[in-house]
Amino acid sequence: MTKYIKEKLCSDTNLADIWIAGEISNFVHHTSGHFYFTLKDEASQLPCAMFRWANESLKFELAEGLKIIARGNIDVYAPQGRYNFVVSEVHPKGMGELYLKFLQLKDRLAKEGLFDVQYKKPIPKFPRAIGVLTSTTGAAIRDIINISGRRFPYSDILVVPTLVQGERAAADIVHSIELLNSHGGVDVIIVGRGGGSIEDLWPFNEENVARAIFDSQIPIISAVGHETDFVISDFVADLRAPTPSAAAELVVPDGNELAKHIAMQREAAYQGMRAYLRVNAKHMEGLTGALKPSLLMDRVFQFQQTSDALTSRILKHMEHSMDMWRGRYSALNEMLDAVSPLATLNRGYSITLNMPDEAVVDSVAKTAKGQDVKIIVSDGEMRCTVNSVEEKDIIQKIETEKDMKKEKED
Amino acid sequence: MEQDITFEEALERLEGIVSTLEAGQLSLDESLKKFEEGIRLSRLCNDKLQKAHQRVEKLVEKNGELVKESLQEE
Repeated sequence: MTKYIKEKLCSDTNLADIWIAGEISNFVHHTSGHFYFTLKDEASQLPCAMFRWANESLKFELAEGLKIIARGNIDVYAPQGRYNFVVSEVHPKGMGELYLKFLQLKDRLAKEGLFDVQYKKPIPKFPRAIGVLTSTTGAAIRDIINISGRRFPYSDILVVPTLVQGERAAADIVHSIELLNSHGGVDVIIVGRGGGSIEDLWPFNEENVARAIFDSQIPIISAVGHETDFVISDFVADLRAPTPSAAAELVVPDGNELAKHIAMQREAAYQGMRAYLRVNAKHMEGLTGALKPSLLMDRVFQFQQTSDALTSRILKHMEHSMDMWRGRYSALNEMLDAVSPLATLNRGYSITLNMPDEAVVDSVAKTAKGQDVKIIVSDGEMRCTVNSVEEKDIIQKIETEKDMKKEKED
Repeated sequence: MEQDITFEEALERLEGIVSTLEAGQLSLDESLKKFEEGIRLSRLCNDKLQKAHQRVEKLVEKNGELVKESLQEE
């Protein structure tokens, strides 16, 4: 049964993530670190549990009698059969009903995605015209004009006089946002006002204002009240400025800084150009250097040396082969000499030729008495006539002569 | 045409030119052209900054028509 009730209660979205206002009683800080207390008003009581993981981030202390606004959901603690409001977030209820309303709307719009980063439009860096949606009588407009004009007079200001306080303010703000979107010709809009009570600032917590800001095609900066004031328009706007003065500083750059930046860019251009020229001049110098006559001559000398070396190699080779040929020539000459009849002639022999047919006479049979002959000796020739012809074995004759000589000597 | 260019465009172009010049990849002619444009742009940016006078107007509805009139500071 308890389990069924638990399921019933826990699945009811009306009981999930809700805000409850009330006064704390029966506060117990359990040794486990969890808080247990009862929230009550004149008519009813609600048992609450705030577990350690939630109460650790509390910025103030909970105490008996304190009026708070608590966020949480209904749960059932089965072992005791008790339902509990499990608290996840607590705010002091000093600001009353409006604060609760603020929290509830903020919560609802957040869930709807109106605060999502993906919808934030970028704020232009150098707006040509800035739409300012505020009262023309407040300090806010003067601050915005003064500061933006001093910082960056390049941006024009278009003020849309708007009620920013009271019953009709929300509708007027919505109307002005729509007006600037359809007719303003501005690049960015500042929506804001100076500080005041939560009631004074309330128009910026209205849902229709939040939706108009969300629907704006032009980026919007929300600049409401003081640094510590947070309103719905701050969350839904594309940028939150803590104050109207801060908005003026956020919306335009600092002209002096920009002038410095431009001067630096100009100097960088000069430097870049100078460096470029320097590098190229150096490069050219290098190229011109490569064209110097002395370097060219070096190349010529190199070629000459190479060619000289080649020539001497060829010559050497030629000489070598000449030597070889010369050697072979003289060897052949000697061989030729050896077989030449001239050598024989040198040794005292002669050749006899019949004339005029110059047939060699190697036998007495080939000549006859009165025959005209030519006798060739080593250094010339003689013309003779044969006086007699005797057939004899010349070898034998020579041998006989030798023997006779020998006998004489003996 | 350069008078029509917005401050943002002029500054962006100036920054672009400076970084291309610093990269040093261009031909001499192109570099000189860019350099010239860069100097012109820096002067233009400066002029826009120096000579700008913030115009403050208010947008009001008069007889059902929207008009811009100068805002008298009280």
